[in-house]
Amino acid sequence: MFLDGFGPIILDGAWVTLELAVMSLLVSFVIGLGGAGAKLSSNPLLKGIATLYTTLIRGVPDLVLMLLIFYSLQIGMNHLTEWQGMEQINLNPFVSGVFTLGFIYGAYFTETFRGAFLSVPKGQIEAGIAYGMSGWQTFSRIQFPQVMRFALPGISNNWQVMLKATALVSIIGLSDVVKASIDAGKSSYKVFFFTVVAGAIYLILTSVSSLVLMWLERRYSTGVREAEL
Amino acid sequence: MEKLVVKDLHKSYGSHEVLKGISLKAKAGDVISIIGSSGSGKSTFLRCINFLEKPNAGSISLSGVDISLQKNKQGELIPSDQKQLQTMRSKLAMVFQHFNLWGHMTVLENVIEAPIHVLGLSRDEAIARAEKYLRKVGLDAQAQAKYPAHMSGGQQQRVAIARALAMEPEVMLFDEPTSALDPELVGEVLKVMQTLAEEGRTMIVVTHEMGFARNVSNHVMFLHKGLVEEEGHPDEVFGNTKSERLKAFLSGSLK
Amino acid sequence: MIDIIQQYWKAFLWTDGYHLSGLAVTMWLLVVSIAFGFCASIPLAIARVSKSKWLSRPVWLFSYVFRGTPLYIQLLFFYTGMYSLDMVRDVDILNHFFREGYNCTILAFGLNTCAYTTEIFAGAIKATPYGEIEAGRAYGMNKFTLYRRVIIPSALRRALPAYSNEVILMLHATTVAFTATVPDILKVARDVNAATYDSFNAFGLAALIYLCITFILVALFRKAESKWLAHLRPMKA
Repeated sequence: MFLDGFGPIILDGAWVTLELAVMSLLVSFVIGLGGAGAKLSSNPLLKGIATLYTTLIRGVPDLVLMLLIFYSLQIGMNHLTEWQGMEQINLNPFVSGVFTLGFIYGAYFTETFRGAFLSVPKGQIEAGIAYGMSGWQTFSRIQFPQVMRFALPGISNNWQVMLKATALVSIIGLSDVVKASIDAGKSSYKVFFFTVVAGAIYLILTSVSSLVLMWLERRYSTGVREAEL
Repeated sequence: MEKLVVKDLHKSYGSHEVLKGISLKAKAGDVISIIGSSGSGKSTFLRCINFLEKPNAGSISLSGVDISLQKNKQGELIPSDQKQLQTMRSKLAMVFQHFNLWGHMTVLENVIEAPIHVLGLSRDEAIARAEKYLRKVGLDAQAQAKYPAHMSGGQQQRVAIARALAMEPEVMLFDEPTSALDPELVGEVLKVMQTLAEEGRTMIVVTHEMGFARNVSNHVMFLHKGLVEEEGHPDEVFGNTKSERLKAFLSGSLK
Repeated sequence: MIDIIQQYWKAFLWTDGYHLSGLAVTMWLLVVSIAFGFCASIPLAIARVSKSKWLSRPVWLFSYVFRGTPLYIQLLFFYTGMYSLDMVRDVDILNHFFREGYNCTILAFGLNTCAYTTEIFAGAIKATPYGEIEAGRAYGMNKFTLYRRVIIPSALRRALPAYSNEVILMLHATTVAFTATVPDILKVARDVNAATYDSFNAFGLAALIYLCITFILVALFRKAESKWLAHLRPMKA
């Protein structure tokens, strides 16, 4: 039988892991763009907040942040429901996983996008302005496409790190591929085998993503000459 | 006695033969300039002498000792004794076009490196040597603590020459030592090389500097398509040029 | 927060009264795994860039697997996975080794950081300017001297920024150690959380300690870079 009959649970778990990673990617992507904008803005308050955010988040282990945010959210929620006289609402580990991971990796994406914005040569923007483009036009037509190109290697790296970080979400109770493998291992007494299965699934996910990302990088590096070695 | 004898050197890259049998003899104190257009094989020839490139046929002897060679699978000649190769290389100090100084070492460290770790000198001896030769190439004590990246090209090439001198080599090999320099820095390097020639050091110089070839060297070889097209004393080669190709080359390079 | 600090500061920093705990354990995990990873990665990096496929392929595979899977799963593999095998439990020495959470943790951490470090060093070795290697050859260096004096010193310096990043990521990665019952900072924080239900302060305090270590490491690496990478700094005007 497929994985001793545990195939379906493991596949479900793998699907949860992938969903979690993709949703977190979206959240962190948006936070990253906003954060980069804030960091590069001339407003000292925005700049200060964004800098504090990236420094604190990147200085603290993701697992600690995950536990801190998850448990504090839950307790905050409990206070809220108690005060309102409602029944206790238990946080959905998937939703809190997405927001926690998104919030954490948003800090890394902020740095990636900030670097990418800074890599677009100033002359390109000046040329846009010189040809009569509006601020939005230079941003959307000239800056943004180039930013994405410069950011792609950083995005790839962040994605791979985040994909592997999803394994930690099982610690806060999400039924992802790790949890499914641990459960399958315990009930079948094949702990070793199912750990290898979990590892193999991650290896497949990271391998496929690195192929896709390599393809993307090749596709979007048009007009960029690679350094000759 | 001949210091360096190279006999009938051949070198191919795949089916393309770049050296078609070149020989060279250098007595003590000889300064031999090798000239020719790019693609003539002059750099490849120099690099075959210390086996940075592997020749396909030929023989090399240094101070009367033949380098023992064997063929590898690609049909190239490689020294059969690594120890002998390393000893030979340490006696043939090379100065490169792009200096090739070790970037993570200061000027002084660059110069004492091989004397300590190849020749086995003590650190004090090596430093004494280094200071002597750095002075000779016109670099003061202040420059010793600098890193190569923080110096001009001309200074870097002078450090590279001091590094070669510190080996107290039998023969010095110069691979287009001024080609990577800005025009205004060429003079300071040529001046140092002229001083070395006047001291009676044996030098093989691949160069584009016709002034140096004519005025400093005592033998000039003109290479064309992997063969020696013309060679002899500079007065003869430049004053009474026989080969049409050399005439064309000289009129082009003198413009 | 003050109450928690008063009651648990010793546990957070070095002892829970019986064993080492908290910061001391975290630092110990970090230092031992980094030291192991560093020593093993230099020969592996040299093998990784070797022209011989018999040397480079196995190293590539090792680093590919360890970089392509989460550290948490690697730890599970060594801690619960290996110990579940009869053939491990039947051999005395293996049984002793894999029964200890500490041993499994160090093994997993060491191999994991070794894989990343190997790639960093291999990249740096490949980036050695070819002329510098050629100069070493032309001056009569043998292969060993060339590696020892030119290639490795130059590569390690070049790798320093990436390596400092890896050390900090490794510090952060040590937090999974508690899943193997190793009493690191996060384990103490979880115990405090379980005892006080004051999650924010329990984990917040842990976060602060990690933040401090990160800052100290960053400062140390900055110092190291200004010393070892002086040759790459732009020329002073």
